[in-house]
Amino acid sequence: MIPAAFDYVAPASVEDALAALAEHGDDAKIIAGGQSLLPVLRMRLNAPEMIIDLGRIESLRGVRDDGDAIVIGAMTPHAVVGSDPLVAEHASLITKAVEHLADAQIRHRGTFGGALAHADPAGDLGAPALVLGAEFVIQGAGGTRRVAADDFFVDLFETAIGEDEILTEVRIPKHTGWGAHYEKFVRVAHQWPIVAVAATVRVDGGAIAEARVGLTNMGSTPLRARGVEEALVGQPATEDAVRAAAARSTEGTNPPSDLNGDADYRRHLATVVTRRAVLAAAGG
Amino acid sequence: MTRISLTVDGARVSDDVEPRMLLVQYLRERLGKTGTVIGCDTSNCGACTVHLNGTSVKSCNVLAVQADGAEVTTIEGLATDGQLHPVQEAFRECHGLQCGFCTPGMIMQSVDLLNDNPKPTEEEIRLGLEGNLCRCTGYHNIVRAVQHASGQGVTS
Repeated sequence: MIPAAFDYVAPASVEDALAALAEHGDDAKIIAGGQSLLPVLRMRLNAPEMIIDLGRIESLRGVRDDGDAIVIGAMTPHAVVGSDPLVAEHASLITKAVEHLADAQIRHRGTFGGALAHADPAGDLGAPALVLGAEFVIQGAGGTRRVAADDFFVDLFETAIGEDEILTEVRIPKHTGWGAHYEKFVRVAHQWPIVAVAATVRVDGGAIAEARVGLTNMGSTPLRARGVEEALVGQPATEDAVRAAAARSTEGTNPPSDLNGDADYRRHLATVVTRRAVLAAAGG
Repeated sequence: MTRISLTVDGARVSDDVEPRMLLVQYLRERLGKTGTVIGCDTSNCGACTVHLNGTSVKSCNVLAVQADGAEVTTIEGLATDGQLHPVQEAFRECHGLQCGFCTPGMIMQSVDLLNDNPKPTEEEIRLGLEGNLCRCTGYHNIVRAVQHASGQGVTS
């Protein structure tokens, strides 16, 4: 399968990329690592006239420490994020989520910002970014703005990034010392999760002092399981206590029904996967 | 058309290509490197795996223009001076194939895996090859071949 013909530019700066985007408007599509876009083009589900490749913009790559946050360049490949010591120390939930994202080849090529901007509700990075309170740095002709994770994910494959804007970096507030786990329920290898749960907790004196729990593929966007978070505070990290809290993981969800399972099955899975994720996070 | 220049299996090449041309098409149709095969065409199966600047990628999921300036190694560039690469040798020794269609990709991904992790456990091998499908389901001997190539004991 071969994509429909398109024109191609690979600008060397974000400014040049924005200029190309302004010039071509709706006819243009940004390519980051291309691991989601290229299959779409090959299957001709989309046929943009112009592809703007961010792959030559060096300033969009890399991970840096910025005081109370870790900053991940939008074009940093998953494999680099997954092996980065700063991310592992201060946002280990991201490390855990990247570890089993797609497969090794796709982690080499796919990018952190590209996956988040794609906003697939079954994508593995949305829920971790949401519960860690990530801030999305978005650049347009008028400068840059920061969007909170709560406002970033708008709907299925839709984010707060405007048509004339580019996601440049993601700021992850440090969660140093928090335990973390990303539990994915899949039927076959390297597939999108049927349901997955991102959990990160701060354990103090044997009890859960703070908890953040997010759900993947339980609605059209990643969701925060606030009921579970509230129920976990002050609880010991025991099977029974976590099971009781995890029962609230279906609150506010609207899971899809598809060939992998209907909505009720996903609701059931959410409670099981949440329990496993929280227990693993509290244990490590 | 866009002009690209890259190194493929040690040789410098330069060509005008349509931007929509996939790297795997370029390797096979322009350079005649048909050792890299197209399996699923949906980026699932990993049969088309090559190394791009030293790490494995699925060449059906990269545009040729994105490889401009890069160094590409295919299954045809692994052997040196007529000597099979140790991973190729191990696949032969352990009969890590049935029909052989997935073999180029399996070997390229196994080389990448061992570059990162020279002594992987059996589980790490299975996870590391997660993006490569064998329709014959001949995974057992493939895992053995990687164990053998890493100089470790082979699971019976």
